[in-house]
Order: sequence, then C-alpha cells, then structure tokens
Amino acid sequence: MPLARLIPCLDVAQGRVVKGVSFVNLRDVGDPVELAQYYSAGGADELVFLDISATPEGADTMVYVVERVADVLEIPFTVGGGIRSVQDASRIIEAGADRVSLNSAALATPQLITDIAARFGSQAVVVAIDAGESVVYTHGGRVATDIATVPWAVEAATRGAGEILLTSIARDGQRTGFDLILTEAVRDAVDIPVIASGGAGSAQHVADALRVTDAALIASIVHENPAGLPGLRREIEALGIKLRPLMERV
Amino acid sequence: MSDVIVVDYGAGNTRSVRAALTHLGRTSYVSAEPILIADAPYVILPGVGSARSAMEHLDETGAANALRERFAANRPILGICLGMQLALRASEEDGGVKCLGLLEGLAVRLDAPRIPRLGWAAVEPWGDVFYFAHSFVAESPDTVATSEGLSAAVRRGSFLGVQFHPEKSDVAGLTFLESCLSRV
Repeated sequence: MPLARLIPCLDVAQGRVVKGVSFVNLRDVGDPVELAQYYSAGGADELVFLDISATPEGADTMVYVVERVADVLEIPFTVGGGIRSVQDASRIIEAGADRVSLNSAALATPQLITDIAARFGSQAVVVAIDAGESVVYTHGGRVATDIATVPWAVEAATRGAGEILLTSIARDGQRTGFDLILTEAVRDAVDIPVIASGGAGSAQHVADALRVTDAALIASIVHENPAGLPGLRREIEALGIKLRPLMERV
Repeated sequence: MSDVIVVDYGAGNTRSVRAALTHLGRTSYVSAEPILIADAPYVILPGVGSARSAMEHLDETGAANALRERFAANRPILGICLGMQLALRASEEDGGVKCLGLLEGLAVRLDAPRIPRLGWAAVEPWGDVFYFAHSFVAESPDTVATSEGLSAAVRRGSFLGVQFHPEKSDVAGLTFLESCLSRV
C-alpha cells in the first residue's frame, strides 16, 4: 500500500476560504491559493477544496480558484461542492483539479459516478458520504435519507468511484477523535481507498485513524494553527505512522 | 532553455504539467501538431483519461505517427502515467487497445489490495517518493524502476515513461522533471 495521507480540507465560498483559519504570516488569510501553498509547504499530502456557496456564480468563481491553485500547487487536490453533471466535473478537472468529489448529486443520480469515471477514470471520482448513526445525510448533514451508509459506499465503488470520503456527522468539528468503527465498516466493505473525516483533535486521533484506513482529512486542528502542520506530522510519525519524507525546496 | 511540447489528446488536464514546467523556467505548448511533436527539443505525453480515447485521438491527429518518427530519430520523450502506458504494445483497458508500440510489454489491470492505487510511494532504486494514481500498470521488460514491486518507470531508447505523476510529486517531482529536461 502507498503511504498514509494527511489531507487538509478548505471550505471555500465565493472564492474565499471560510471558517476560522488563524493566521499570522500570510498576506491574505482568505485566499485559497495562498493557504494551499502554505499547507503544501507544511507537508500536506493532498488538499480538498469544498465549495460551500453552491450557487451558479459560486461555481464560476470556483473554476477560477481551481485554475489559480493548479498553477502553483505541485501536490494533488480534490474539489467538491455543487458538481451535478459530467459537464460540471469536466470544467473542474480541465481547470486543473485531480479529482472531483460528489455528494448529494451522486445520491440523486448514481449514474453520474459511472459517467464521470468513464470519461476521466475512477481515480478522478471521489464519493463523499456524510454518515449519521446508520444512514446517509444530505444538505451538509441536516437532512436524513433512508439510504444505509455501508451499502451506499459499496454501490458507489461498484459504480466506479475511486475513493470514499467518509465523514462522521456526529464527530465533525468535535475534535474527539474519528469514528473508527464506522471507518472500519466501510473500509472492510469496499476495495477502493477510504478517507476518514470528522473528529481530528490530536496527533493521536489522526494516527489511530491512519492505522485503520488510507488517509485522514483534517480541518479545524490545522486551521487553528496552520504553522503547526509540520509538527503534527512529526508527532504522527512518532506514533508509528510512516508518512512521506519532505524534501527541502531549492 | 528549450521549449517543451505537451501532447494534446483531448483528455483534459495538461495544466498541471505545464504549471510544473513553468515553475522550472521552461516554455511549453499544448499541441497535437505532428511537425511540432516530431521536431520539438522535448516532448511530454501526459496522462489522464482512458487508453482507447487517447489512442483514437493520437491516431486521428497524426500525433501517433509523429511520436513513432520522433522515437525512431532518438529524440527524447517523457510519458507520464497513461502517457507511459500508451507507449507499450497494448493495454488491457477498455477491452483491449493497441498502443504505440515504442516499448515492449503491456498495460495490465493492477493486482493490489485497493484499486485505484492512490498515494505516495517510494520508487526503487531511485529512492525518492512520488505520487501515484492508477488502476493499470506496465508489465514490461523495459522496466527500470519499481514501486512496491510494480513497474514505476520504463525506458527504451529515447523514451522514458513513469507511472507516477512528477507534476504532482512536490519537490521530488520537480527535481525529477528538471533532471529529465537538463539532458536536452
């Protein structure tokens, strides 16, 4: 298996990073491009950008953000939020994103997973699942569906998804650790990579998740102290998780 | 400083490759024009999309023959991911696709615990860690480097192909690209 991945997630609305990112040494804390470069230099293995504005104007702005990010970033990145058609996905991928993440649109039209995978390959399609106690939620975790989490993950994989981004709604933002039971259940049910999300509060939490699955999404733990990312990596490594070695920029 | 042609086969993401080249101070153009592909100082065959549509596109535009001519004239070509697999004899992808045949061997479906194989992995004997994202892999006697036992780089004559994405491999990737380009 490739090395475990640490993936900071940035929420973006109207082209700006939202949610409290605490910052000292950036010119513009709200610029997704600057923050992406900062996290990349700090040792992020990948990045995820979620467009939470979900408006037509927001989508156009997001394409522009993706182009600017692609021009300066030399690590992979995924873009989610508001992608409802093959055409939406094409615009984002042609702008330079490596993968698109589908959530509600995949639940409404599972064929969308297959169609995007056929055009760009499975590695370009992430299905994001917001999981409650047993069923999947939509609308940012506010609306319950009658679709059970594990079977939905299996269906997504069967339809051509190349990765599952699994968020525990109950743990999201709580910083009490990932839902390892949920993560394990999905990991065991599918043969594609699974990113654990929701609950990262310490290096120990992340290390625990990375013992269970391929990658961990981190948000508030890193946004509160972006300069702490290299230190967080070292702590995780000290707990026995092997991450990629970072080389000095020349 | 010599110009680089990034071969266009209609599959989208050439932007990241060009961004990495710009970062290294190289001028690059995206083109399927046979004359440019045959004569440019350096040519990169990038890698996103499916083998069948990529080969159809390369055949239609004349880029496929230009790449064969270029290879016969011993001029350098770098293939990345699918771009490497397209240089093999054939690919198992899409029910079987005849490829350029610059290299011996086939692209076969990966046999790995999780597919696609996504993430950073060491390449031996080079020692550096690069980013991979693939479901198929070369089975080729021209393999010159491996990652977790899988072919990670192939070389024959003036063609060098890599399974990983140097343009997405941070400092290690830029260093690799620079070393490729510094020879021309």
